[in-house]
Amino acid sequence: MRLRASQLVLALVLVAAIAFPFAAHALGWDYYVGVMTRVMIYALAATSLNLVLGYGGMISFGHAAFFGVGAYAVAILAQEGVTSAWAAWPIAVAAGAAFALVIGAISLRTRGLYFIMITLAFAQMLYYFFISLKAYGGEDGINLAARSRLPGLDLRDETTFYLLVLALLGGCLYLLGRLAASRFGAVLRGIRENEARMTALGYPTYRYRLVCFTVAGGAAGLAGALIVNQHGFVSPGLLDWTQSGTLLIMLILGGVGWLYGGVAGAAAMLLLEEVLSYWTGYWKLGLGLVLLFVVLRAPGGVGSWFAQGNARG
Amino acid sequence: MPVADPLLEVRRLFKHFGGVVATDRLDLAVQEGGVHALIGPNGAGKTTLIAQICGEVAPDSGQILFAGRDITKLPGHARVALGLGRSFQITRIFSGLMVRDNIALAVQARSGSSMRFWRPVAAERALAEGADAVLTGLGMGASRDVAAGSLPHADQRRLEVALALACRPRLLLLDEPLAGMGAEDAQAMIGLIAQLKQRTTILMVEHDMDAVFRLADVISVLVGGAVIASGAPQAIRDDPEVKRAYLGEEETAI
Repeated sequence: MRLRASQLVLALVLVAAIAFPFAAHALGWDYYVGVMTRVMIYALAATSLNLVLGYGGMISFGHAAFFGVGAYAVAILAQEGVTSAWAAWPIAVAAGAAFALVIGAISLRTRGLYFIMITLAFAQMLYYFFISLKAYGGEDGINLAARSRLPGLDLRDETTFYLLVLALLGGCLYLLGRLAASRFGAVLRGIRENEARMTALGYPTYRYRLVCFTVAGGAAGLAGALIVNQHGFVSPGLLDWTQSGTLLIMLILGGVGWLYGGVAGAAAMLLLEEVLSYWTGYWKLGLGLVLLFVVLRAPGGVGSWFAQGNARG
Repeated sequence: MPVADPLLEVRRLFKHFGGVVATDRLDLAVQEGGVHALIGPNGAGKTTLIAQICGEVAPDSGQILFAGRDITKLPGHARVALGLGRSFQITRIFSGLMVRDNIALAVQARSGSSMRFWRPVAAERALAEGADAVLTGLGMGASRDVAAGSLPHADQRRLEVALALACRPRLLLLDEPLAGMGAEDAQAMIGLIAQLKQRTTILMVEHDMDAVFRLADVISVLVGGAVIASGAPQAIRDDPEVKRAYLGEEETAI
């Protein structure tokens, strides 16, 4: 019964999400189509962090690096004349995954606090690398002259772009759900519960964690490709550690290890920002209070209030 | 002693931590079949030896051979794949998972690659059936749908052994299987090990001398990082050097 209820909720959310841009346009709220697009892109980024943190049990404090690398890949390619989404976006995914593979291969040899610090250090290295990259804007970042081109779709149209982002987010969530329920997902669960025992069962745990980290880097790269298209701009700030922190806060708000935790958290945080910043410039104070409340009163995130499907059980 | 090649052979193994020599040119041979017990006072280097056999700690020098193959440089997980199963002194089970899912992970480890991302693991009937077979064989079938963490201590210890056994090891390494058990539960565990030794070779570290002398076919005595005596239980009991170095205080008890 519970499963059916959650499926019903999911279907309703999906229908509402598809109908939203048309309704918003009819009501003259076009501005909010862009807001929701941004929410979904951050939802994808936070979901990719969820794969690392919630499913893989790895506390990465440098996840924004892969988000930023994906964004830079698209912007740099555009400056060099490659504007096709079919070319640039897969390259952004590949770049995010490649950086995650290299950074993960080194970082995953450490544990606990050291892992947090080394992922942070790598992300900051990339942050300063892009600051020093004068050919591509340095500190100022680079503008994307126009959104990526996709045959048959006009991405300049906000509704079209919104629907494409929605489809990509939905696809990634579906893939994450499949992965979590697969053999690979079972191994991740085992490693999270007790890594020493997994080794004693014959699993090369390092390899599984590295694959998890790399896949998540690729997904973050895709989110980066989308955010640079949304903003038309990318700067090193996107790779800063505060961005990694933002993704972590979103996930904690939404529910670590819950399939929709990244979505719930990104929506909660960005909409809170939208509402609070309307009233006060000190909106982060309000966010801090909400975060405190969630951590103290609902450690499973806002999702835990109405969802039973938490991967953390 | 039989002249066949031993299943596990440790040759001149040496390991030191700073100025402390934990394993001192240690030789050990475990023959196929039966229970080989490893005893020794605290600080004799049993834990470090086990860690080296399992691949958690790399020796400074010396060799470890398993089934005739040099495994000294092999990572831990690869040793398990060759047939070296183990249980831990401190229970290491998947507390948050059902008992059946605990064992299913062990079955999954020895049934093909787990780099599979698409098909739901719940749809693989063979894994659940394999797990049920292991649990039924150990008389734990009734608790298969219970979260492992909520089992009573003695049953968690049984699950610990079951996890090692589900890997179908050629050599089962039991690290203090009776740790923290009351008298009654210890008797049940001794019964279980007696049953297991019909199926697989067991190398057991244990402090409970009653259990050691009831179960072991061969006993090796570890003192100061080296094996000072190895042989049948009666021979070990009568060995004057063992008495002096280790059994002294417990002489009357044996």
